[in-house]
Order: sequence, then structure tokens, then C-alpha cells
Amino acid sequence: MTPALRAPELMTTPAMLTMTAVSRRYGNVVALEEVSARAYPGEVLGIVGESGSGKSTLLRMMNLEETPDAGDYRLSLPDQPGNLFDLDRFARRMLCATRIGIVYQNPHLGLLMRNTSSGNVAERLLIAGERSFAALRSRARDALDASEFPLARMDARPVELSGGMQQRVQLAKAIALEPVLLLLDEPTTGLDVSVQALVLDTLKRLQRDRAITMVIVSHDLGVIRTMADRVMVMRGGRVVEEGLADQIFQDPQHEYTQQLVHAKL
Amino acid sequence: MTLASLTRPWEAMSYGFLDASAKRELRRKMLKAIAVPGCQMPYASREVPMARGWGTGGLQVTLTLLKPSSVVKVIDQGADDSVNAASIRSFLAKVSGARETWDTLAATLIQSRHRIPEERLRADQVLVLQVPNPEPLRPVEPNMSHARQMHADADYGRLWLILYEEIVRAGRIMQGAAYPALVNGRHVMTPSPIPRWDVPKLHMARHLTFLSAGREKRLFAVPPFTRVEPLVFSDLPYRVEDHAGLTCHRSGMKSFFMNEIPQADGGSAHELSDSHLGIKAIRQAEGGRAEIGPTWYRDGRMR
Amino acid sequence: MTLVLQVENLTKHFQMHHLGQRLNAFRGISFTLHAGEFLLLRGPNGVGKSTLLRTLYRSYLPRAGHVWYHTIEGRIDLATAADVDIALLRRREIGFVTQFLIARPRVSAEDIVAEPLRRAGIAAGEALEEARRWLAEFGVKRDLWRAYPTTFSGGEQQKVNLARALILPQRLLLLDEPTASLDVGARAALIRRLAELKAAGVAMIGVFHHPGDVAGLIDREMELTAEEVADDVAV
Repeated sequence: MTPALRAPELMTTPAMLTMTAVSRRYGNVVALEEVSARAYPGEVLGIVGESGSGKSTLLRMMNLEETPDAGDYRLSLPDQPGNLFDLDRFARRMLCATRIGIVYQNPHLGLLMRNTSSGNVAERLLIAGERSFAALRSRARDALDASEFPLARMDARPVELSGGMQQRVQLAKAIALEPVLLLLDEPTTGLDVSVQALVLDTLKRLQRDRAITMVIVSHDLGVIRTMADRVMVMRGGRVVEEGLADQIFQDPQHEYTQQLVHAKL
Repeated sequence: MTLASLTRPWEAMSYGFLDASAKRELRRKMLKAIAVPGCQMPYASREVPMARGWGTGGLQVTLTLLKPSSVVKVIDQGADDSVNAASIRSFLAKVSGARETWDTLAATLIQSRHRIPEERLRADQVLVLQVPNPEPLRPVEPNMSHARQMHADADYGRLWLILYEEIVRAGRIMQGAAYPALVNGRHVMTPSPIPRWDVPKLHMARHLTFLSAGREKRLFAVPPFTRVEPLVFSDLPYRVEDHAGLTCHRSGMKSFFMNEIPQADGGSAHELSDSHLGIKAIRQAEGGRAEIGPTWYRDGRMR
Repeated sequence: MTLVLQVENLTKHFQMHHLGQRLNAFRGISFTLHAGEFLLLRGPNGVGKSTLLRTLYRSYLPRAGHVWYHTIEGRIDLATAADVDIALLRRREIGFVTQFLIARPRVSAEDIVAEPLRRAGIAAGEALEEARRWLAEFGVKRDLWRAYPTTFSGGEQQKVNLARALILPQRLLLLDEPTASLDVGARAALIRRLAELKAAGVAMIGVFHHPGDVAGLIDREMELTAEEVADDVAV
């Protein structure tokens, strides 16, 4: 195939997130091979691929839960100019808790199920040093409200809530500290289609109102299509193709992407 | 020259029940605990002639500090005359020759379960508190190695979260005894199950406090003049038990920590929890000689 | 006149891997476009008019050639520019108007229309006011403004779509049969708006099923012929 005529990135906008040549092996299994990714301020980067493509591993690395064998990861933060993979455990924890928000597919990973919903949000604020009860209360309320969570239930425990509501609590927790980066790991997988649409709509709204940089990982092309400005297609730990969302869906270049898109449409 | 002229007759070369190496290990750990206030130090908890969970941790620290010249006081929930307190006290005297006392002012070494005496402790006194569960993070992190990591990171947000949840669910902080406190601005400790009333007594105190858990094999310390700040929200001040308005029905003492005694008529009477303070007050009232030292609280307020 | 677009030898074909085939769309197209100019693309069905518009918009990736887009800061080749720059230009300078609306569930008509303004940093209240003005202009009934367009008829959806696409003045507008299935009132509103934008210096390239609708606006016409469509397979 003739490679498409595209310049390497002609930089007019500095990236919010820059990952360069990240590789990770588990024994003989290649999880990620020389993966580079960028996310620009205020955009939604979609990462699509089947299970085992490395997309979730990549997201875990963006959340500094995992360290690659090689690679460089930077966020455009004045106080953290270096490679974030070089940070120690404590610095990573603080960075993730205060600057990066994440919503997991499985709410058990992101929530304290036996605490109240507002308490889950408050926990994030407490890590950042908020010590006023009134402020915790009102900030938790604001974050839940922004996630379109019914405030009458803010003191219900997540175990008492539906899946869609649990994701909203996760989202409130993730945005409570106004992160520079919001990571979404299959945030609507497993939800009813109608609930899924509502959650995606909330995400869209948040993205529009707050211009948060988001990275969303999904195997669901519909979700990616609804959410993403740009799309990265992954397979076998590599980036197969990358482009504007409409281009990926209307004019996919790589054979694998074409299969993926045509299988869906 | 005979062999006998080179030797001495047998005499006891140790006291305080524990052997010298056990005491040395404890001394080292106690010094470390003083060096890092509030930080839990692991130690090899030895066998003592008492079941684990009955104050063996406190006992080992006390035995290490004990000298024949010591004056020991042992209290259990404020009382000197409970079976447990009495037997520990007589054991201490027996293995060291130390003098026993009930009077806080006379004691040099005080071992206590669940209370700090009402009379202000002096710089020449050491308080040893028995601790059943030394880990304040246990309710939020059952994995002890994770908990230690949280201590290392001073990651205590989850403890405030407990308080948050209590206020949300019950309208107030429910934590009574063992209220967690930040020591020297660094480590959160559990002050053992003393009431909230007693926690401020540890803040910038003149005396040295050891807290020791025999079953959990950890000890920690609050050195003199060290900050001990109960975890609170900035807009909801710390509150001690509301005992300022209570009067002891036996001694007539007012505004100290009281035990509630249910009465046949369904009401309740109160008596001083610090029993020897009550005894001294009664003696004074009867015209006898009894010196009551300055107390931490005056008119129900910490001073 | 200010140069807006300079297309040189633009070529597009599609590589269909699963068919093992190459579908040629057009080859070697060159033209220029100035501010305030309206270029009409003509040609039989399937000759690649819409494909050309989408290639200029970078929904399709060009295979060869250049699309020099002139901005105040300098020129940028839309054929090779980084995705992020294209995204930025789409947000600020290059608009694409189709007959299809991508409605999202539970987003009201006025919010959809206001969105380009919000993205451009205009305050919510002001953006909404402007959105309502344009909904009215295109003849969307007032009681539908706060409703969700997913439930609208095709014609109403298209009016919402046009209001959204034309609310923010761009420098370059790509029009892909925007008048199809529009009622008379909306068509008139559309033409009024296009004339207004053209007078303000917006350059436009359009594909119209009935070019008569916009006859007054056309400055130039370009005929796409099968010669430019290549040899082996036609689209």
C-alpha cells in the first residue's frame, strides 16, 4: 500500500500528554511495542482495539499504575517537567490523585463501595488536603452535580446504586480536583444501551463545558465515534493507525482498521 | 589463693523479670520510638506471666523502665483497685523491689489501661499505656504492609473520610475512645482506648508517654512537649465528652471524667473515673491529709 | 483579493484491502479560491464531487498533491498537516455543511446549535441567545428549540444542522448539497445567510443538486469529468 502523504506532526499546538516509544513485555508476550501517543488540550483521544491490543495497558501507564520497560511520558505541567515514569511511588500517587482522573469499567476498582457516594468524592479532596467539612460537602456536591448525579442520593452507598449511577460517582470523583487529564477505561461497557448514551452525553457535556483533555479506551466503535476527536487504532501492542475520528471511520487506511470499521457499519 | 577468693557468692544480677537482652531490645525500640514520635516500632514481644491482651505490651515497657527505686502506680479504667491493676502492680513490686502507690503525685512510673490520671503529670514521671490495637489505619486498610506504606506517605485522608462519613450518617463524630491523633505533625497514632477527654492531655505534655501493644508487638511514644492533635475538620472543632457539668456522687468533685452508674430508679449517678482522686477528695473533706495536685482540667476546661 | 485555497494536483483513491482493489476517485485536480469567492463543483453523479469536498476537509486522506490553505500566519498544507491542526482549523476556520445531522441523544436543538460558539469560547448565555436567533431564522418552531433533534423529522433536523454549521463565520465553507430536501422558507434563509457570509469574505466551494438555488452566488464553476477519474475502476 502507498503510504498516505502526511507530514509528521506539524506542531502548532503543544500536546497536553506526550508518550514516546513506550514498550512493555510480560515474559515473551509483547504488551506494547514502541507506542507513542499524544493528546492535545481539550481534545478527546479515542483508543480502540480488541482485547489484548494493549489499549488498557497503555491507559494504565497513563495513570502511572504501571511502568514500561522503556519509554517516556510527559504531561504539560509546569511543576512536573520530566519523564513521569521516573517519579517514585509517592510522587506518582500524588500526581495521579490530584492531576489525573480515571473512570474504570469496573466500579469496584474506582470506588469505596461501603462509603457514601459523596464520601467517595470527598476522599479525593481529602488527599489534596481539604480539611473543611463544609467545603468537602459543597465541593463533593458540585462534582456530583456536574456528573449529573441526582443529589438527593449523594449519601447513598455505591452498592445501592445502579451501574450508570456508579459510573457517575466515579466520574465525579475523577473531576473533583479539576484534573488536567481524564482517563476513561471502557466507561460504559456493561451498561444498558440507553444508560450508556446518557453517560456518554454527560461526558460530552463535561468536555464541552470544561475543555478537559480526555483519553477514552473502548472496544466499542460506537462509543469512540460518539466521543473522540482523534482516534488511535491498536492491535497486538502497536498503533496500527491514527487519525481524525471522521477520517478513521470514513476513510480507514490500514487493512485492520478497514475490517474493524466495516464489520461495525 | 583459692578459687573461692576469686569469685563472689551468688546474688541476683537482674531485676524486673525480663532478661537483660530482652530489656536491651526494648530500650532500643523505646529510644527509636522517642526519636520518631508516634511512629510504631516493632519489637519482639516476650512471654510474661500474663495472657496476651491483658496488658503484656505495657507490662514489658514498664518492666524495662522499672528500677528498685521506682514508685509504681497501675490503673485500669482509672481504678487502682481492680483485680488486673492490683495484680500487675504487686507483680511489678515483687520482681523489682519498687514501691507501690495509688497516688498519682507519688508515682514515678504509671502503667494504665484506658485512662490518663486527672492530675497533671510531671517531667519526672513516665506514663505507659496498654494498647490493644496500635494501627489507626486498620479500619481503612486491613493489609498491614499497605498501612505502613500509607504511614510512610503520611497518607491519612481515609481517616478523615471515616469522620466525614460519621457526620454524614449520624450528624456528629461517633469515634469515642482511641480517637486518632497526629503526633508531631507527622504520624497518626491511636492513643489507645483512652476517652476523647484524655487526648488533649498528651499535647505538649511535660511527661513522657509510651504506648505498647504486646499482642501486636508494636510500641510508640509521645515524648515531652510534643504536639498531639486529634484529627478534626477545620470547621468542626474537637470536642471532649460532655462531663463538665457532672458531679461525683461520692466525693462531690465536679467537672472531671466520670463513670456512669445506673440507678434502680432508671436514672444514673456519676462517680470519678480517676478513683484515687476521688479518695483524696473524700479524705480532704473528712479533714484528713491528702494532697491533690494541679489537674489538666479546671472547671471542665483544659488549661 | 486574498488567496484562501490553492489546490495542486490533488489525487485521491481508496485502497480496499478486503477486495484487493483500488478505487480511484479523482486525479490531478488543481484550482485556486479567493476570499469571498463561490466555486461550484459540477459533474455527473459519481464523478467525485462530494469526495473532493471531503478530501479538502480531510475526512478523506489525499493520496497526492497539495491543498495550500492560506491563513494570516502563513500557509499550511491541508493534505499533510497534523490531525490536531486540522481539528483546530475545523473549529475556527473551515466549515463543512452536509444534509446529515449527527444528533446526539438528550442534547437539545439550541445546545447543538450553540456548540460551535461554546467551543470558540463564547459564554453560554450569549451562545444560546445566538443559537435561538438562528433557529428562528431557519424556521425551526420555537417549541422545538429545547427538544432533542433525534426525534425531529428529516427536514427539521436539517434546519438545526444548517443553523449549527453556519452560526460561526468561517473563512472557508464546504457545502455538500445543503439545500436537498429543504422547504422554501429554510432554503431562502440559507441563501440569505450564504450571501451574507460571502459578502463578509467567506470563500465557499459547493456541490448542489439544483445549482439554480444559489445561482446568484456563483462566481466560478468547475466541471469534474470522467477524464480526471482514473482508469481502472470508477467509484
